[in-house]
Amino acid sequence: MDMNYKPNPEYLVEVNDLKMYFPVKTGLFGRTPLKAADGVSFAIRPGETLGLVGESGCGKTTVGRALIRLYKPTDGDIFFEGKRVDDKSIGGLRKDMQMVFQDPYSSLNPRMTVEDIIGEPLDVHKMYTSREDRRDQILNLMEMVGLNAEHATRYAHEFSGGQRQRIGIARALATKPKFIVCDEAVSALDVSIQAQVINMFEDLQKQLGVAYLFIAHDLLVVHHISHRIAVMYLGKLVETADSDELNANPVHPYTQSLLSAVPHPDPKTAKNSKRIILEGDVPSPLHMPSGCPFRTRCRFATEQCAKEMPQLTDRGNGHMVACWNK
Amino acid sequence: MAEETILSVVDLHTSFTTDKGEVKAVNGISFNLTAGKILGIVGESGSGKSVSAYSIMQILEKNGSIKSGQILYKGEDITKWPESKMRDFRGKRCSIIFQDPMTSLNPVFTIGYQLEEAIKLHTDRRGKEARDRAVEMLELVGVNEPEKRIKQYPFEFSGGMRQRVMIAMALACEPDILIADEPTTALDVTIQAQILELMKDLQAKLGMAIIMVTHDLGVIAQMADEIIVMYGGRVCERGTAEDIFYRPAHEYTKGLLRSIPSVDTMGQRLEPISGTPINLLNMPKGCAFCPRCDAAMKICLEQQPPETRTVDGHLAACWQAIRTEMDAGMVRVEQKA
Ligand SMILES: Nc1ncnc2c1ncn2[C@@H]1O[C@H](COP(=O)(O)OP(=O)(O)OP(=O)(O)O)[C@@H](O)[C@H]1O
Ligand SMILES: Nc1ncnc2c1ncn2[C@@H]1O[C@H](COP(=O)(O)OP(=O)(O)OP(=O)(O)O)[C@@H](O)[C@H]1O
Ligand code: SF4
Ligand SMILES: [Mg+2]
Ligand SMILES: [Mg+2]
Repeated sequence: MDMNYKPNPEYLVEVNDLKMYFPVKTGLFGRTPLKAADGVSFAIRPGETLGLVGESGCGKTTVGRALIRLYKPTDGDIFFEGKRVDDKSIGGLRKDMQMVFQDPYSSLNPRMTVEDIIGEPLDVHKMYTSREDRRDQILNLMEMVGLNAEHATRYAHEFSGGQRQRIGIARALATKPKFIVCDEAVSALDVSIQAQVINMFEDLQKQLGVAYLFIAHDLLVVHHISHRIAVMYLGKLVETADSDELNANPVHPYTQSLLSAVPHPDPKTAKNSKRIILEGDVPSPLHMPSGCPFRTRCRFATEQCAKEMPQLTDRGNGHMVACWNK
Repeated sequence: MAEETILSVVDLHTSFTTDKGEVKAVNGISFNLTAGKILGIVGESGSGKSVSAYSIMQILEKNGSIKSGQILYKGEDITKWPESKMRDFRGKRCSIIFQDPMTSLNPVFTIGYQLEEAIKLHTDRRGKEARDRAVEMLELVGVNEPEKRIKQYPFEFSGGMRQRVMIAMALACEPDILIADEPTTALDVTIQAQILELMKDLQAKLGMAIIMVTHDLGVIAQMADEIIVMYGGRVCERGTAEDIFYRPAHEYTKGLLRSIPSVDTMGQRLEPISGTPINLLNMPKGCAFCPRCDAAMKICLEQQPPETRTVDGHLAACWQAIRTEMDAGMVRVEQKA
């Protein structure tokens, strides 16, 4: 932690050198830190969407959870509207910082009705004037995410995967937050409802200046919704750039392979597309490779890559890349 | 090789009883599954894809039941099988990868324990052999240091890693039929590509048939031999990937394809299908999609469109498509059993 760190007042959310280590039992007595996030820094302006992509298990959810302090970070500084986010301040910030959880099943209490799931944050933050007002707000939220208002009294387990995901979104929107971590928030939706929800996220952004950290595996969706995109690999950011720039000119070898693997919704391209298949295994976050985390699978790796960790450097117009050879 | 139909679903109806009335989740779907082939199912969220899968496995929630129809496994109607026989069917002959990896893994047992139990339940492997198989399967689905990882609990795994554990569990028993309900939505595209390769590989090697439910039209385009599009618990269109993507005939399918974000639509608003999803408590009399359809005619309100062959030979249940065919003078209304 750097108590002297001065946050930039232009940013809504600022993250400096975030580290999140989990102790994992190895052997009888040993405990090895699993470095799920290891020195991550980024900032998001009001009304901006930052896309966060990367290999499964690279630490995206961990970053999102640490941001809104569902995890207590091992180290690093997080600021919201210039205020340090810590155990003391988080209580007052919860209303403004919300999260749509990746797993729509385990994050909803199956014994609660949809009405109460969506209404709970309204209750906690006392955000209604009367019972009718509460109900109106809930029905309005359900409509926004394309849920049938007639289902308000049903229990969460009676909904399909995509319907539950929309309950989670409605719940996160209930307190009218300024910042939302969307962790795979649209992955369980068919493309039409997905389009509807994405349009809704964008409308909220235009009208109220809501900012998003948008974590997703679907790179077409991330490209569409994000102003900037950050690519993560094994707990570290390896590339960040404006959305169009990243898609047109990916520089980091990992980003290149990631973009080449996108399955295209077109049978001809899907069957003939040229993928850069990654050689070798994903290294374990318990045993990070020395130097660049990607070097064990990189086609361009040299001796230097094993020795020293490359830092993010600006390649022009804020296109940041952490690679020795690219 | 002769094409062997391993599973036939015939006019399946499945409903849930709720205090608001009967929720008709599946309303007469039929399909044949061929050994060694991949059947892709896409459709609206809530259109009955998972419920169809659960009906085949007979693992519906307590308030749900199969109302009518047959499910034929190698010619035998398994809806008539006793629970003891079904237990054998699940896992050994037919495995399912669930849409929700967290609730299908037990949080209080280690990953290794759960994998080994599944292996012991469905194969003859015991003791060290079962353990080795568990490690081998984890390695196969790309979990690093599997010997260490099997000692961990589900909450210590990321979403995608839990999904891979589920896939390992389903494949460990080498079933005839694999039902994969959104198997790769929690995975990044590189691992997804790897898992899809693995599924194709095993399918070719073992002659396994796969039912693949997914919203990812890219995955479907790449994997499926045949595609079924569902809306409101019914099949609205079926054909090859080329049929569905290049020559969609049903208005719902057309709307679905229009909603995909693509490089050409960047910076523009996406174009979802307008209107609200169907209320299964109160199914429309005619076409289920009618209330949202821009091309709807009077007949759409009144009569259910039958599945009809299009000019290019695939099937669609849409009056507008039938009219186009009639205008071309080639209608052959062919009602599916
Ligand atoms: N509570 C925890 N205890 C121990 N390890 C954890 C915990 N939560 C996450 N991890 C580990 O931290 C790493 C990062 O996990 P995280 O869930 O952040 O990944 P992710 O990028 O969100 O992946 P996915 O795309 O699969 O959701 C993984 O190796 C995971 O096993
Ligand atoms: N236990 C239940 N009680 C009442 N209704 C239910 C129950 N389970 C499912 N349903 C309803 O049945 C319909 C079909 O659900 P199903 O899970 O099959 O949808 P799906 O096509 O798999 O959707 P998704 O793509 O969102 O997973 C949904 O409208 C759902 O609300
Ligand atoms: S049958 Fe009629 S309402 Fe249904 S999709 Fe076709 S045109 Fe539209
Ligand atoms: Mg995650
Ligand atoms: Mg489903």
